[in-house]
Amino acid sequence: MSIRQLTDHAGEWLRGAGPHSDIVISSRIRYARNLAGYPFVNRANRRQRFEVLDRCKQEIVSKRLADNVLWVDLPDSPSMDRQLLVERHLISRQHATAGDDIPRAVALDAAETFAIMVNEEDHLRVQVLRSGMQLAEAYDQIDRIDDVLEEKLDFAYSRRFGYLTACPTNLGTGIRVSVMLHLPALKLTGEIEKVRRASRDMHLAVRGLFGEGSEALGDLYQISNQTTLGKAEQEILADFEHTVVPQIIAYEQQARQALLKQRQAQLDDKVWRAWALLTNARVMGTDEVLQLLSHLRLGVNLGRIEKVDIRAINELFLLTQPAHLQKLSQQEMDAAERRIARAKLIRQRLEQATR
Amino acid sequence: MEIVKGKKIEQHLCDLHAAEEGMAVKAAHTPINELLTNFVKLHSGGTQTSTSELTCEECGLSFSKFRESSLMGCPSCYKSFEGPLSPLLERAHEGGSHHVGKVPRRAGAGEQRQAQLTRMRKKLNEAVTAEDYELAARLRDDIRRYEEQAE
Ligand SMILES: [Zn+2]
Ligand SMILES: [Zn+2]
Repeated sequence: MSIRQLTDHAGEWLRGAGPHSDIVISSRIRYARNLAGYPFVNRANRRQRFEVLDRCKQEIVSKRLADNVLWVDLPDSPSMDRQLLVERHLISRQHATAGDDIPRAVALDAAETFAIMVNEEDHLRVQVLRSGMQLAEAYDQIDRIDDVLEEKLDFAYSRRFGYLTACPTNLGTGIRVSVMLHLPALKLTGEIEKVRRASRDMHLAVRGLFGEGSEALGDLYQISNQTTLGKAEQEILADFEHTVVPQIIAYEQQARQALLKQRQAQLDDKVWRAWALLTNARVMGTDEVLQLLSHLRLGVNLGRIEKVDIRAINELFLLTQPAHLQKLSQQEMDAAERRIARAKLIRQRLEQATR
Repeated sequence: MEIVKGKKIEQHLCDLHAAEEGMAVKAAHTPINELLTNFVKLHSGGTQTSTSELTCEECGLSFSKFRESSLMGCPSCYKSFEGPLSPLLERAHEGGSHHVGKVPRRAGAGEQRQAQLTRMRKKLNEAVTAEDYELAARLRDDIRRYEEQAE
């Protein structure tokens, strides 16, 4: 398995399947762990960082986690590959761009259900990613990975503080639960701010998924817990499964129904304009494409347009990102060239996917 | 929308750290830094000895250095800075001050094991720095053997 093979398909998590996949794009859980007896990455010397990397690699590629694990040493990887991994949510931007003096890696399984960053801020950052609302399944998997690794690795842990992490905000369970939500109707009806406020009151972090600001391009929002100390994993999960996500889903559904009832012509106009532009434009920027894909996705989910399936749309969210675009066309392109290639790719993909 | 769980906490901690995954951009540790700055203001000028002079014996990180980066240097930092850190942690974690949740299987003898590993690896580091490679090789074997004897 190689990075090249990642390009032409999307990961399992973009399948567009799983419970509530009209609103919940994916469920993700990650935890942070550090090896006992070493300084954390930021204070370890070069030799210690290499030792940590080797020690972790040994256990991760031992076939106890998956038959086929792709191990990518990041300082040796072309920056385009690293960017691709960022776009696919498999590594953080920090992990992609840290200096070459930090030996670091990411390990993935073929289906991209898990990704393990070694020597990011913590020695180990393990994440599991699933499509739709599948937090319980994701937790089972990540808990298993943790059990397997801890059979051979001593993790830094204290009775009072739990798993010890470089940043005190990850202390305790070290666990971060996130769901990626598509909330176009709440955006269109102007109610998204209420979700933001309510989430903040519950001590959850809300952020956009693409782009650099807090702006949620493509109406995609990621909601995650901020509290990791004093709350058990199951409690954090239960909050998401039984309170947070169901309420936001219900709220988005109400907004969708309201649009259907009260603003049907305007809704259809948004959806069909998106379709018209996506299938005809010759030059397309990232921000614009994400917004159009969002409206098209809403239209498909509400049965206002039946020309294309959700999976194709989900994939386009990913494939139109800069590194993916360049990997797919197998050449480096500047921004202007990418806008043209992006428009072309979308036309091709939508034509293939048209029913 | 009726989400009425949880109490409102003004300080939003380490936005980035909740954010580091995937596309989210991670820059500095701004929010915990804010907490730290407020904390230091609150406690300066009193009779209390300056927390900035606290230093972790294990890795040498000082509390003032921690204030700059918001990152701990090693597991022992949590013991060294426990005093000034506790109120910050409670602010950061909705009042949480003690771990509840998963306990690693090796946790029983864990703290002793961890202390032992820390001592052995520290010696190894010193041996390498002193270019005593014979000693370093021996220590490396010892560590390996120790790691392999699971509880
Ligand atoms: Zn942080
Ligand atoms: Zn320390």
